Amino acid sequence: MYDFEYHKPGAIDDAVKALGADAEAKALAGGMTFIPVLKQRLAKPSAVVDLAGLGLTGIRREGNALVIKAMTTHREVAMSSEVASAIPALAELASNIGDRQVRYRGTIGGSLANNDPSACYPSAVLALGATIVTSRRRIAAADYFQGMFTTALEPDELITEVSFPIPEKAAYAKFPNPASRYAMVGVFVAKTAAGARVAVTGAGNDGVFRHAAMEAALDQSFTADALKDVTTPESLMNGDIHAGTAYRAHLVGVMARRAVMACK
Amino acid sequence: MNDMSNPVIIKGGIGDSPKRTEDHRFLSGKGRYTDDINRPGQAYAYFKRSDVAHGVIKSIDTTAAAAMPGVVAIYTGEDIAKAGIGGVPCGWQLHSKDGSPMVEPPHPILAQGKVRYVGDAIAMVIAETTEQAKDAAEALVIDIETLPAVSEMRAATAPGAALVHDAAAGNICFDWHIGDKAAVDAAFATAFKIAKIDVVNNRLIPNPMEPRAAIGDFDQSSGEHTLYTTSQNPHVIRLLMGAFVLQIPEHKLRVVAPDVGGGFGAKIFHYIEEAAVTWAAAKLNRPVKWTCERGEAFITDAHGRDHITHAELAMAEDGKFLGLRVNTMANMGAYLSTFAPSVPTYLSATLLAGVYTTPAIYGEVKAIFTNTVPVDAYRGAGRPETTFLLERLVDVAAKEMGMDRVAIRRRNFIPIDAYPYQTPVALMYDSGNHEATLARCMEIADWNGFEARRAAAAQRGKLRGIGMSTYLEACGIAPSAVAGALGARAGLYEVANVRVHPTGSVTVFTGTHSHGQGHETTFAQLVADQLGVPFESVEVVHGDTAKIPFGMGTYGSRSLAVGGSAMVKAMDKIIAKGKKIAAHLMEAAVDDIEFKDGKFTVTGTDKSKSFAEIAITAYVPHNYPIEEVEPGLDETAFYDPKNFTYPGGCHICEVEIDPETGVVQLIAFTAVDDIGRVINPMIVHGQVHGGVTQGIGQALLEHAIYDETGQLLSGSLMDYTMPRADNIVNIHVGTESTMCTHNPLGAKGVGEVGAIGSPPAVINAVVDALRDYGVTHVDMPATAQKIWSIINAGINAGAPRMAAE
Ligand SMILES: Cc1cc2nc3c(=O)[nH]c(=O)nc-3n(C[C@H](O)[C@H](O)[C@H](O)COP(=O)(O)OP(=O)(O)OC[C@H]3O[C@@H](n4cnc5c(N)ncnc54)[C@H](O)[C@@H]3O)c2cc1C
Repeated sequence: MYDFEYHKPGAIDDAVKALGADAEAKALAGGMTFIPVLKQRLAKPSAVVDLAGLGLTGIRREGNALVIKAMTTHREVAMSSEVASAIPALAELASNIGDRQVRYRGTIGGSLANNDPSACYPSAVLALGATIVTSRRRIAAADYFQGMFTTALEPDELITEVSFPIPEKAAYAKFPNPASRYAMVGVFVAKTAAGARVAVTGAGNDGVFRHAAMEAALDQSFTADALKDVTTPESLMNGDIHAGTAYRAHLVGVMARRAVMACK
Repeated sequence: MNDMSNPVIIKGGIGDSPKRTEDHRFLSGKGRYTDDINRPGQAYAYFKRSDVAHGVIKSIDTTAAAAMPGVVAIYTGEDIAKAGIGGVPCGWQLHSKDGSPMVEPPHPILAQGKVRYVGDAIAMVIAETTEQAKDAAEALVIDIETLPAVSEMRAATAPGAALVHDAAAGNICFDWHIGDKAAVDAAFATAFKIAKIDVVNNRLIPNPMEPRAAIGDFDQSSGEHTLYTTSQNPHVIRLLMGAFVLQIPEHKLRVVAPDVGGGFGAKIFHYIEEAAVTWAAAKLNRPVKWTCERGEAFITDAHGRDHITHAELAMAEDGKFLGLRVNTMANMGAYLSTFAPSVPTYLSATLLAGVYTTPAIYGEVKAIFTNTVPVDAYRGAGRPETTFLLERLVDVAAKEMGMDRVAIRRRNFIPIDAYPYQTPVALMYDSGNHEATLARCMEIADWNGFEARRAAAAQRGKLRGIGMSTYLEACGIAPSAVAGALGARAGLYEVANVRVHPTGSVTVFTGTHSHGQGHETTFAQLVADQLGVPFESVEVVHGDTAKIPFGMGTYGSRSLAVGGSAMVKAMDKIIAKGKKIAAHLMEAAVDDIEFKDGKFTVTGTDKSKSFAEIAITAYVPHNYPIEEVEPGLDETAFYDPKNFTYPGGCHICEVEIDPETGVVQLIAFTAVDDIGRVINPMIVHGQVHGGVTQGIGQALLEHAIYDETGQLLSGSLMDYTMPRADNIVNIHVGTESTMCTHNPLGAKGVGEVGAIGSPPAVINAVVDALRDYGVTHVDMPATAQKIWSIINAGINAGAPRMAAE
């Protein structure tokens, strides 16, 4: 890793300032993605701004929304009774991210800021129509994800919390990449006040996306059977050594049906 | 000495399962690995490696890099050439069918003229810290003209393919054969039916938990060089590096291989980094340390397997095998690694008889250079390749004949009364009982109850399959004269020095090396049992050429069969000497002294002396036969095996396939192996568990994949699938032993059986699960995508497909 300045501010404003003052500065959350990148010399930040001192952890219920602060770890989400009663699918999703070490360090903010095309959380955020709350604004999920590893965030903008409207029921079905165990195909299905929502991660060639055809079918009948004949265009799929586009397109259907069956 | 067939198990002796002595140190973080060693004033080396698979080095400008902070020295291939340093040698020479020697291109320790694979070392940068060395490496100005690359054997042997080495026309290293072609042709002419198969033995990346590391050190006052390295065989490294690369005589070169965190073959070989740091340390008069990173290990540790084979089996009307014809291409990678030529040939094709009486066998092997990491022995080395081929072919043959898979095996087994059995491909098997391991394994696995389980699985929408492999392998390498005749450039005996101390405790110095196998425990049990001393008073020392007389190290499941036999020989000498001392003390004839349970007794009397009394007498020789017997009790033995050893057995695997996703779920795995004498059953179980897990990894998960430009696509653990706990099941392990007839222990070896026997059992189960789809073969790894494609193709075709893959 290259040398860098290390800052650990105690207030969000100071963190934003530190990031704004230096175009090459980067935020550090759990470090599960960022530290390996540094170790492999794939990034050369001049300064690293550690977000651990900003008091950004915690989970709360706010009316019909579940609000999770950015530095909340996957383990905290997985173990939270608040999450389990409001959106059990989210706790389930978090409990299957990476391994124990990753879940103890990795954060929801870090995952969403990174927007890895095979990360799990983006599908939940998109399917549930969550709002990303940042140091300067509120961003709707639909506007937030902008393709692989790309988001609406400005370089000096921090995610502070994520607000999830509580659905009627929801479930996440993940087919893990055999090697990395990230989502090779992950489908988050929710029955919400606004209708059925289906978001797919891991599979798309442009990152997380909503599956309009499946949503339409589920609006007719929220059953696995309703999805039987819904296909996913191969042209939208990513292909790699683990799964070609045809297999991924097929798995989107399988995982979506399994998610519908698991909804609670 | 205790009778080894004695079923009485002494605490800490043969047959007992004391906890492993070494584990406390390993599990409490107190292991001392190469990277834990730091020498005063040490500098750090970083290797700048090629990121293209094939290219001409036009120029390397080190000026800017040399001026970077902390840089001590930068060396390139040119400096190495100027210093007159040789390349790393190949330890095995083969000859082609036409008698010509294999093409053996030089393998310089830093690339000269050309780079030949992604990972080929271009320059060694030495600095005060690793980070500084990396900074400087980035400042190197390297101009490489990229050439077309060949990463796959079919591409490498296509007309007009780019040449990895100009000296190897068609990229062929050698074109070798074994067996009697005419006899095989004659057998095929009379065949009732012929079974055919094409198999790919997937390329693997070993991934021991501890990455490689090396520290070069030089003592200016004595002129002694020391290399600390992650090696399975320090004496072999001393020999190869000292004699062939750096021209340092043995008495000025010490090689230390301390605790080593797994090897699996990848740490047998002499690697360029070892020579580079040893040379640089002397040149700079300063210790130089290099520690490999995981990503670097993927592109520098020798890979395993990577064979493509076509085979045909001729059968008589009753299902008897008449003749076997096998044609293999074996990937050598870009350079010949230490034992690479032996793997597809003498460690593989010589086993084509398997456990069957096939009277005529002919095998051909073409070794191919490609622009990939060198390929060499990996747990099983050649035997998993042949076993996979044979055991798949036998299943195909059963189908071809309309015979039951078990029945066709039984029909062709080498019967127990045919031992010793001379195969048509050089080897003479000494012992085995294939019916016993088969019957026991079928019983534990409830083979006969399978169809009911399959039907129950079908109710749940799952495809259930069962598969077996009845295998035999050759290990305990090897009789030196035989190995030499076959091309080995070294002897393959083993050495033990048994040092009895004055108070009766014992230190055993062994030329084998433990890197996870538990030798410190097993060997201590052997010595405790034979000398009748407590297990706790035996210390096992390995891994240092300054302490151990000599040795060939650990690979090919040889440590107990060869190294343990050397210990028995050394202990025989100790006991013979002890008898003379005892005879003197008890005023009896030497012939009247017997040694048993740690006591020297005058036969037929109650007069006896304990082992400790004899030891103290040997070192305090006041009342002593000093005219005839030297003081001291310290003996060394070299043991050269009389034959290979032949472990074998039966593995049965049961799987379920989810037809919707193609996921193969392991349901049960049973291994019943004949490994000869068992010293520590717990360690044996552990070895089988580990080997089977690696075999399951090969069968279902692992695959090193290069793209056509020679970039490794599965270049990290994010893309290369190692088996994890949830990929395997509880493995039932049983042993049904016949004794090796030609070594004093009766031991055959257990290190590799798991990895050898298991892959075809898994794939036979997968093929069986897909039987309704008309599938006859599935290549490894049987990934979910591959299985889904097979099922999906069947569904889309509207009818079961005839063959897949
Ligand atoms: C072995 C392994 C397995 C994994 N498996 C999975 C999996 O199955 N599913 C899955 O979804 N993920 C997986 N991950 C990723 C994991 O979820 C990480 O938590 C996530 O990628 C990054 O979170 P982090 O808190 O570690 O962020 P960091 O690595 O610290 O940061 C990541 C990026 O986000 C930026 N950032 C961090 N926090 C903020 C913020 N609040 N505002 C703005 N920018 C910010 C950083 O600057 C950096 O660019 C895995 C990771 C590993 C190492």
